[in-house]
Amino acid sequence: MCMTCGCGTGQVAIRGKVPQHSGKSNQPIRFRAHQAAASAVTKDSETTRIVKLEQDILGKNNAHATINRSLLAEAGVLALNLVSSPGSGKTTLLVRTLDALKEKLPMAVIEGDQQTDNDAERIRATGVEAIQINTGKGCHLDASMVERAMQQMTMPQAGVLFIENVGNLVCPASFDLGEAAKVVVFSVTEGEDKPLKYPDMFRAAKLMLLSKCDLLPHLDFDADLAVEYARRINPGIAVIRLSAKSGEGMGEWLNWITEGCSDSVRRTETAEA
Amino acid sequence: MHEMSLAESALQIIEDAAQRQGFSRVKTVWLEIGQLACVEQDAMRFCFDEVVKGSLAEGANLEIVETPGRGRCGQCGSEAQIAMLYEACPQCGSYKMQVVAGDAMRVKELEVA
Repeated sequence: MCMTCGCGTGQVAIRGKVPQHSGKSNQPIRFRAHQAAASAVTKDSETTRIVKLEQDILGKNNAHATINRSLLAEAGVLALNLVSSPGSGKTTLLVRTLDALKEKLPMAVIEGDQQTDNDAERIRATGVEAIQINTGKGCHLDASMVERAMQQMTMPQAGVLFIENVGNLVCPASFDLGEAAKVVVFSVTEGEDKPLKYPDMFRAAKLMLLSKCDLLPHLDFDADLAVEYARRINPGIAVIRLSAKSGEGMGEWLNWITEGCSDSVRRTETAEA
Repeated sequence: MHEMSLAESALQIIEDAAQRQGFSRVKTVWLEIGQLACVEQDAMRFCFDEVVKGSLAEGANLEIVETPGRGRCGQCGSEAQIAMLYEACPQCGSYKMQVVAGDAMRVKELEVA
């Protein structure tokens, strides 16, 4: 499978449950394979020449991300790319967040996992639309997958699109999906030095959510040190300490989202004026 | 292992160039990988060799040109070479180093026939 654009004979599948009125297809998207180029054996005797390219390897992904960003901007949608290692509590946090905001804001979710649509089902139980992307063997979402998923869903106009990336603290760091911000979820059951061990993700994120803070009294985890390490990598990173279980810090997180959302709506209105 | 995706993208860039510039075989590929780019060179070599099998670049030599990382200190403003994202500023010791170079990944050039 081509994990860059999702084409090929691999296992990438995008499944949504789209409301009937949207008129969009609910069929899993199938991708056509790259055209195979002829195999070549080079003879040492033949004349060769140098071709200068200087092309960014991520150029194609970034082009898809730019398309996504402009579609999101037109609709005034704040897109947040949630990234973390597996088991940090992203889905639980997301479910609590949707429950708290669903009466106030239009929202939608794109769920990325290698297999199963368990997470999308958990999201749909809140009443919010969710599209599941299964990456098959792929270790991250890319902008092309998100572009295809967006074509299947109803855009949450002037609201929020949450993209829950594959649980992986390495690979998703490099791939711009067209989001307004990467939000890294870092749970206190991990080690304080995770930002130093996996610096690329903490560098790419605008906000760090220190999650499961209700467990702090039972752990040796030094939250201040964890924040200090994150700021060694990314001096400008914002930090919110919270617990989806106890509700601590949730207000600050919800405010961060609604303020970001008002900003993106304002930008759209200014662009249209 | 996102190096597999990156190798796929590099091959796509090469295949697009082959169509535009009319070559059918690639002998050498020069990749520029910044020291601070999110890429493991050994993984990239392994993935590249796998990905180009059956393509016009099968068996091509892969030359990786590593460019040094540079950071600018948000505290004292000086610039310095850095090898890791969490290095302190050698001038003032602050960790407010922002990357200014050495995080790129490019297909630089090809030797083609």
